[in-house]
Amino acid sequence: MSKMTLKTEGDTHLIVTRRFAASPEAVYRAHTDPELIKKWLLGPEGWSMPVCISEARPGGKIRYEWTNGKGGGFHLTGEYLELNPFSRIVHVERMHLPEPTPNNHVETRFDQDGEGTLMTLRMTLPDEKTRANMLATGMEHGMEASYVRLEQMI
Amino acid sequence: MEDLDAKFAALADPTRRAILARLSLGEATVNELADPFEMTQPAISQHLKVLEDAGLIVRRVEGTKRPRRLANRALEEMDQWLAMLRAAFEKNYNRLDDVLAGIDIKKKGEKR
Repeated sequence: MSKMTLKTEGDTHLIVTRRFAASPEAVYRAHTDPELIKKWLLGPEGWSMPVCISEARPGGKIRYEWTNGKGGGFHLTGEYLELNPFSRIVHVERMHLPEPTPNNHVETRFDQDGEGTLMTLRMTLPDEKTRANMLATGMEHGMEASYVRLEQMI
Repeated sequence: MEDLDAKFAALADPTRRAILARLSLGEATVNELADPFEMTQPAISQHLKVLEDAGLIVRRVEGTKRPRRLANRALEEMDQWLAMLRAAFEKNYNRLDDVLAGIDIKKKGEKR
C-alpha cells in the first residue's frame, strides 16, 4: 500500500500527503507535543533530537536540534502562526546549516479519513531556487540514510 | 547537485514546462516551438538556452536548422531525486505510525 504522496505544485509549493491509522487528534498531538515529536521526526537512522521546543500557540517558538551522535548536527527554528486543534497547524520554519535557509511556510491539515487521518502538508517556499535547494537538502538526508544502512550491512 | 538545481530551476517556468511537453511528442525546430506560444523567436531561444544549459534538451544540426529534442534520461534523474526525498519523509512517517500506535494503546488503557 502506498500511503504517501509527494509532489511539487507551481513554482514554489511542495505538497506531501500521508494517511495514518489514528485519529486526527492523535496525529495532531504527535506534531505538537515535544515528547512525541522527538520520537519520530528524526530523519536518517542513527539521528536523535536532544532538544525539542514546541510551544503550540500562535507566536509560540519551535526549535529542533538534531545530532548523529558523532559530532554532526544541525537545527531548525520556527514560529507557530495558527493552530486549530485538531485539524490544522500553520507555521514557518528554517534550517540552520548553519546559515539560516529562507523561511518555509507550512500548512498542515489533519482530516478525518474513515477510521484514520489524511494529513496534507503544504509547504510554500519564497521562490523556485529555494525550493530546489530544499529538495536537495532532503535528498542529502535520504542519501545519508542509505549510507548508514550500507554501513550496517558491511 | 548543481546540475539538479539547474534542472529544477529550468522547470519552474510554465513556458519551459510547455516546451518540454511539446518536445516529449518529438523533435521540433525553434519556429515550430515559437508558433503555439505566441512568443518571439528570441524569447523562445532564451528559454531553450536555459533548458539546454540544464541538460534537459539537446540540439541537432540539420542544414540551417537546429531542431531540439528531450535529453535522454533528463527527467529520470529528477525522478530519482524526488524518490529519495520521498524515502526520507517515509522513514519519519513510518516511525510516526509506531508512535501513534502507542498513543492509541494508552487511550484504550485509560478507558478500561
